Amino acid sequence: MIAAPTRTARSRNPVRSLLPRPRPRRRVVVAVLGTLLLLAVVSAVALSLGDEPTTPAALWEALHGRGPENTVYAVLEVRQPRVVLAMAVGAAFGVAGGLSQSVLRNPLASPDVLGISAGASVAVVSVIAIGSLGGPIGVVPIPVAALAGGLAAAGLIALLARGGGLRGRRILLVGIALSAALTALTQFLLTRIDVYDAQRSAAWLTGSLNARGWGEATPVLVGVAVLLPAALVLAHTNRALLFDDGVAAGWGVRPGRARAVLLLIAVCLAALATSAAGPVAFVALVSGQVARRLAAVPDIPPILAAAAGASLVLVADTIARTALPSQLPVGVLTGLVGAPYLLYLLQRRRSTRGTP
Amino acid sequence: MARSGTAVAAVLLGALALLVVAALAGVIVGTRVLSPGETLAGLLGQDGVAATVIWELRLPRTLLGLLVGSALGVAGVLAQAVTRNPLADPGLLGISAGGAVAVVAGSAFLGLGAGTPRVLLALAGAALATAAVYLFASRSPEGLTPVNMTLAGMAMTAFLGAAVSATVLLSASTMDQYRFWVVGALSLPDPAVLLPAIPPAVAGAILAVVVSGSLNALALGDDTAAALGVAVLRTRLLAGAAVVLLSGTAVALAGPIAFVGLVIPHIARALVGTDVRRVLALSAVLGPLLLVTADVVGRLVARPAEVQVGVVTALLGTPFFIWLTRRAKERSQ
Repeated sequence: MIAAPTRTARSRNPVRSLLPRPRPRRRVVVAVLGTLLLLAVVSAVALSLGDEPTTPAALWEALHGRGPENTVYAVLEVRQPRVVLAMAVGAAFGVAGGLSQSVLRNPLASPDVLGISAGASVAVVSVIAIGSLGGPIGVVPIPVAALAGGLAAAGLIALLARGGGLRGRRILLVGIALSAALTALTQFLLTRIDVYDAQRSAAWLTGSLNARGWGEATPVLVGVAVLLPAALVLAHTNRALLFDDGVAAGWGVRPGRARAVLLLIAVCLAALATSAAGPVAFVALVSGQVARRLAAVPDIPPILAAAAGASLVLVADTIARTALPSQLPVGVLTGLVGAPYLLYLLQRRRSTRGTP
Repeated sequence: MARSGTAVAAVLLGALALLVVAALAGVIVGTRVLSPGETLAGLLGQDGVAATVIWELRLPRTLLGLLVGSALGVAGVLAQAVTRNPLADPGLLGISAGGAVAVVAGSAFLGLGAGTPRVLLALAGAALATAAVYLFASRSPEGLTPVNMTLAGMAMTAFLGAAVSATVLLSASTMDQYRFWVVGALSLPDPAVLLPAIPPAVAGAILAVVVSGSLNALALGDDTAAALGVAVLRTRLLAGAAVVLLSGTAVALAGPIAFVGLVIPHIARALVGTDVRRVLALSAVLGPLLLVTADVVGRLVARPAEVQVGVVTALLGTPFFIWLTRRAKERSQ
């Protein structure tokens, strides 16, 4: 349960004055600034690393289009799109996870657990399977299929779990069950296609940023640019979302529609990110939890979840791209990096009240 | 919901009868459907072809389904009771993933195949993963809460799943074996595979029966259980050991079959209430019923090819499970 607000805003609205003041706590500000700083450092490192590492001075020159042509090409044409895509995908997954965990008030309620990613995966492997079995290839582009699959899965969950409330057990159980069924379908399709297509699908299914460019990055960037501010405004002006429906109703706030809109934003972001990079494992779940534990507040600040997700994917992709003898998909590394970090966070003493 | 003893017995008997029908179908039905006369002749060894089909293919396979289904159903009940978490399931807590990663690593790096090595690997992997999840969850400041347990389990699943993906993606030959094993094919009709799996499964079943009474008390909370004279830690450890033995065996035999461990206890509870002993008994029957039925359906829908049992289980179980969750009244948590 969430403790009652201790401080009140100096507002003339009698309802608003009962709600926790919308000014963020200092700890949240510190966490956001720290994570953004980390993100800046990591992206500078990621831009410098490659087949031929760039020095910081040369990197600065190259970013402004000066210096040797090779370096400028490597930094601006090869590494920059990938770094930007990694950050966009990570931010989208992070916000999606943070929003759905906040709204459904359950740390397991992230798009990757509830079957949104599984829906996208089924759609993509179906497209690959149709090609593999001799059907027309490329009728539906893979990103479009992923987007449609993710949204369809979300619609199905909403339909099947309707009437159970957003915070009951039903939506989680239905989501996990649906996720299992969709994963089973994906694996069945994998056994039906030849081994090379199967391995290509497996790479996509783990989440990969190999051979992606601005074409894949643009939709995610636009999505994040539009939906992240929307989520920030909605989440901030609807602090009552945190509380029980009864409490919120007592304040005269009807939380249903705002919650539904926030969830829709989460689903769109997750589906967009999946369409660009595949269902990168674990980012949505772990980013929301990392953000909540860093900020030590019961709700998850979307901006912090975005920064945490972007850092995680960027670090994982940079390791996957540079440190290993053969390029692994980024999804493998997000699991290998993110999971131990979550385990570490679980051990730490924290001072937050309530559990979303 | 059946409450009285006779009603529970009736449910149990009904489920057993269905299981017998499903097992018979498992022997009779396949790429080629045998007539009752052929089946009898085959069982008695009078019809050469039918005898081969039955004794070397379908009977071991049905037995495998019975064993794996029971193991998964019982393991799910224990996991949900010991963590007091309706979402607990060997697949979600990282236990199956532990077994799976050990088996995949064994086949990729050591060239170990089916049989005793695989059973031992899966058991060791499952035990290590369980111990790690338990340690991480219990060392958190809030203590061993269901949420922490599930989070630690999901983190472990993701970590081990990533390790499996890395191994599989780096080797196309491992990928080729893995993609069939991972969806849980029961189509390894080798009695030699079955034998080494029986002792751990039996040991797990005995442990489950022993702790089931104490688990009822544990449902009331640790303090109440202790006040009732139940050794809480010992109950947890024994139940955990049973879960490891049962789900490790199941993973070694049929791959990480998802969903049975999650769904079956919910269905059993909907039928006979919350007494762990009743749920355990019914799950030991419903688990194999779902698995063997799924196997038969998988053989029928795509003849002469077949659909892996893990796929059919999830596709059959999901609608039923969702219907159940919709029917059950939401209880305040």
